[in-house]
Amino acid sequence: MREITYAEAIREALSEEMRKNDSVVFLGEDIGVYGGAFGVSKGMFAEFGPERIRDTPMSEGAIVGCGLGAAMTGLRPVVEIMFSDFVTVAMDQIVNQAAKARYQYGGQFKVPLVIRAPSGSGTGAAEQHSQSLEAWFVHTPGIRVIAPSTPRDAKGLLKTAMRGDDPVLFLEQKLLYRMKGEVPEGEYTIPFGRAEIRREGKDVSLITYGRMVARCLEAAEEVKAEGIEAEVLDLRSLAPLDRHSIISSAKKCGRVLIVHEACLTGGVGGEIAAIIADSEAFFYLDAPIRRCCGSDSPIPYNRTLEASVVPEAGTIAEAIRRLYE
Amino acid sequence: MRIPKEKLAELYLKMVQTRRFEETAARLFTEGKVHGTAHFCIGEEATGVGVCCALAKEDLIGQTHRGHNQAIGKGMSLDRMMAEFLGKESGYCHGRGGCMHIADSGSGSLGANGIVAGGIPIAVGAAFSQKYRGVDAITVSFFGDGATNEGAFHEALNLAAVWKLPILFVCTNNQYAMSTPLKAQTAITDLSQRAISYGIRGLAMDGNDIVAIYETTLEAKEYVKRQGPMLLVLNTYRYMGHSKSDPQNYRTKEEVEAWKQRDPIHLFRNMLLKKGLFPAAELDAFDEEAAHAVAHAVEFAEASPEPRVEDALRDIYSE
Repeated sequence: MREITYAEAIREALSEEMRKNDSVVFLGEDIGVYGGAFGVSKGMFAEFGPERIRDTPMSEGAIVGCGLGAAMTGLRPVVEIMFSDFVTVAMDQIVNQAAKARYQYGGQFKVPLVIRAPSGSGTGAAEQHSQSLEAWFVHTPGIRVIAPSTPRDAKGLLKTAMRGDDPVLFLEQKLLYRMKGEVPEGEYTIPFGRAEIRREGKDVSLITYGRMVARCLEAAEEVKAEGIEAEVLDLRSLAPLDRHSIISSAKKCGRVLIVHEACLTGGVGGEIAAIIADSEAFFYLDAPIRRCCGSDSPIPYNRTLEASVVPEAGTIAEAIRRLYE
Repeated sequence: MRIPKEKLAELYLKMVQTRRFEETAARLFTEGKVHGTAHFCIGEEATGVGVCCALAKEDLIGQTHRGHNQAIGKGMSLDRMMAEFLGKESGYCHGRGGCMHIADSGSGSLGANGIVAGGIPIAVGAAFSQKYRGVDAITVSFFGDGATNEGAFHEALNLAAVWKLPILFVCTNNQYAMSTPLKAQTAITDLSQRAISYGIRGLAMDGNDIVAIYETTLEAKEYVKRQGPMLLVLNTYRYMGHSKSDPQNYRTKEEVEAWKQRDPIHLFRNMLLKKGLFPAAELDAFDEEAAHAVAHAVEFAEASPEPRVEDALRDIYSE
């Protein structure tokens, strides 16, 4: 199968949907001639023109709000927030407006709005350009939260987001933009709420998403030599969560390590642990449910410090070993 | 007077309906029949009614939390408004939003908004959508004086100006953001000056003169279709408190009384009588019609079923 990058896969999803449907418009900062801060929309301006690829002023609240108003009146907008950290500037429009518009108006409006935002650390961009803020939105009913870990998933999940009628926060992993992976040539979509087993195992279930999937796979290889067969479950979709796959993997393995880049406290990992503890999987556990997550700290600038506050393959492998102590 | 007689009658009837509706809603509060809150626009009826009566069905509005006049002006049903106020399933939002979040896509209302200035960017998006789809219609975004100090106001007007969208921004300046008077909110005294910084047209006018508001809106509608956004500031006053819990210790009775001398309904009624456009008996009949319609709305709302608890999680998502 052909291989393309994560960024190319996202561009393909956007372009294919725009070719198919005139009601799809794309709004954001520097997405036009410039091609987007991470080059995701490179070449799209030339194909679709300034009416559909809309460079905006630096006004994240107005960008999301404008997308929302357009979505409520018949368009299917995709908006780009240059760094996911900037959602803070648009919080009212995302949390109080987009996530509530269908419910508070009694189901009168569809809200087919996709908010794309590059998330995560690893670029040396420090505290205000490196966060993983998904937990805030998983805690907000009315909005879907997606975090793809491969080019194939990025394309298939983005198409699902663009064809659905609910607001979606699509958290792209900025360190994965250049990662290549197999992407089918033909048309496909991937439904929300379905986790994917990236590696089968029977001893430890590593439950993770986004950029940490690759690190969990590395850690699984590392502990294999020690006789531990780790399973890697990639959630892909954080709202809705695939409770069934989480519970089955925990039951099957009896040991669970939840891994995410976002800060430990109040993170999605706590919810996953609670899902397992609340389910029949609890009776199959041979060890306490553990989490290996980002430190409860801002992301520092210095390369070594930055790396030290998010899980690496080595720290994940260590955490796996501790499940046997 | 270029306004047809039927339109004058509509303006009068809808203002009176708004006032009766709110007086009745306030009474229901005191009778303990309401769970929640409401923000009354008594004294400001001419703003929402005057603007909305100048719009076509396909024009859209984004409402404020104090927007019964906007809703009635745009043609929403009193029955379903009252039912929403009482939290009933037959309300516009099936009792999910209350009157702070009332909407009717059928009448072209994108909804009232509980977040001050929160609806302005959304209205800009609706105007963008109208322009993109080539629809011959405009969007009106209502907000109050308090909203003009929110970032969302600035971002939204700026974006609409850059894209020359067909949107009329209507600021109902009722002099207070909750308890804070205009002079403590901003160093400018004429809010229409805000338009200058976005490179758009701004106009301030008497918000209690419904004829002027109606005629200005008709002109503004053509202007924004051709030239892009405009900011229209309607200077008015609310007689009642900000919400049901307001002690009203921030203004004097004399000030309220002075504004009541320029009551929008009385001004309009006197003008209609003075010009001989309607005999008093005909206007009295409108008053009765309004009272009857509101009484019917209360009956309808009270007789309507409560939403079912099993449906509390409906409409969070599309499926």
